Amino acid sequence: MNDPVPFTKSEMMIAAAARELAGQRVCFVGVGLPNIAVNLAKRTVAPDLELVYEAGVFGARPARLPLSIGDPTIVSGATAAMSMFELFAFYLQGGLVDVGFLGAAQIDRFGNINTTVIGDYDHPTTRLPGSGGACEIAINARQIFVIMRQSKRSFVGKIDFRTSPGNLGGAANAERIRREQGWLGRGPSVVVTDLGIYHFDDDGEMRLDSLHPGASLELVRETIAWEPRVSPDLAVTPAPTNAELDLMRVELDPGGAYIR
Amino acid sequence: MSTSKVASMHDAVAAIVRDGDTVAIEGFTHLISFSAGHEIIRQGRRDLTLARMTPDLIYDQMVAAGVARKLIFSWLGNPGVGGLNAIRRVTEGPAASLELEEYSHFGMVARYTAGAANLPFFPLRSYFETDLPVANPLIRPIDSPYGDGTVYAVPPLKPDVTIVHAQRADANGDTQAWGLLGCQKEAAFAAERVIVVVEELVDEAVIRADPNRTIIPGLIVDAVVVEPWGAHPSYVQGTYDRDNRFYLDWDPISRDPAATDAWLADWVHGLDGRADYIEKLGEQRLASLRPSAPAPSGSVDYGEYR
Repeated sequence: MNDPVPFTKSEMMIAAAARELAGQRVCFVGVGLPNIAVNLAKRTVAPDLELVYEAGVFGARPARLPLSIGDPTIVSGATAAMSMFELFAFYLQGGLVDVGFLGAAQIDRFGNINTTVIGDYDHPTTRLPGSGGACEIAINARQIFVIMRQSKRSFVGKIDFRTSPGNLGGAANAERIRREQGWLGRGPSVVVTDLGIYHFDDDGEMRLDSLHPGASLELVRETIAWEPRVSPDLAVTPAPTNAELDLMRVELDPGGAYIR
Repeated sequence: MSTSKVASMHDAVAAIVRDGDTVAIEGFTHLISFSAGHEIIRQGRRDLTLARMTPDLIYDQMVAAGVARKLIFSWLGNPGVGGLNAIRRVTEGPAASLELEEYSHFGMVARYTAGAANLPFFPLRSYFETDLPVANPLIRPIDSPYGDGTVYAVPPLKPDVTIVHAQRADANGDTQAWGLLGCQKEAAFAAERVIVVVEELVDEAVIRADPNRTIIPGLIVDAVVVEPWGAHPSYVQGTYDRDNRFYLDWDPISRDPAATDAWLADWVHGLDGRADYIEKLGEQRLASLRPSAPAPSGSVDYGEYR
């Protein structure tokens, strides 16, 4: 008998996010936590996953998990390296991306995302990186996965700036607008945090479906600015397996940048 | 026959980059001409509008050195590390002094594309239901002339000067690159004047043996600067790796204005150019950045047709 291996909240979050990619085909990989989650999925639940990087790579096979997603390892051994125009115009806007995997600084109950500023736009208290490709990924990828740590500063009642649209003010309105404006995307479908896994109800609001081991509803409520909706069938997320932990610790993040 | 455009970095920047210019030093993580940025600092250019999708450390350094009046960009950060601290100091709070013009990545690519193709705008399916068109009124909705809905338009971006780094060029400026191509080609074709900086100067025959690999023809190039390691701490696919240690080290340096000034004095103002910089960096550091093994492409046969 093996004793269960202790794991960090970040390792649980990354493992849970990776498992959500089972059955997906083409994934647009964002900077930071999405990058390690997608690379873990490729090595576990989704070996056929095609990794798309905004820097202009389709079918990447990164041999290491770099600090920046624009690293030479995403090119060596890839299916295709191209200009960013081709990547954004033909692959993303052309409708070939199944999942856009994003991080966020702020998110609201409908999955709208802010990565631009905290505070007023012209005189922000914190200037964040901005859209990068996130705005067009949110509109053109078939569905959006989000991975982020939750806190009252990040899970907010009203985001300070809408960088990437989610379910706007609710699903009915969002569906009408997407149809009228010809979006390919159907919006956010999964949010994975350090405490649990959320999917979206029919009315477009986030719903807690699974609590990670060690997390509690009290902790969830303390770290969300609104009263979170909780599934009547609330599950407990299975702990990271030894195989997942090994991959994260030995192969993907030996320096501990993401998993600590 | 063509005359050589090979110049020193000093002479290329002196002749081609002017105060008040809009300058694009492009390269998406890959092939960023830090050496050109440093030379612009050394020559004391002022009031530049700096365009780049990802301003990266090079624009953080240039903003800290006081060359810039405005930034045009789409992602403002130090990837995997955090913010660009010198830029944050002049963009946050009531004393914010640096003008910002902000797009998404596809918006920036589309702007260069419109500039290169001499179009009045470029349409794209981005920005719907976001605050970006509010923050930047140059992003505007436009009805399809064929009656099938609304898209967003961005205006052309035509830099006065585009500077790109690449693996190799001939003396005429015919330039070949591989690896991440970013929007090097679009930014070069959109510009009024172009400087290419290369790891290696090659004979025209090398270019002609592999024409598919040419991203920029000498036709639009004004100067060719040959500077091995000119992209460090950025990288050159197949030649040297990204110096992630430097990207990490820059964070604490750039958080402290005095440390930032000291770094600029040490590594930019105090040096004559890239050769000095490489010597100061030291052989051990350079050796640590070489690829772990070669990974050559198979060659292709273009055939000869007479």
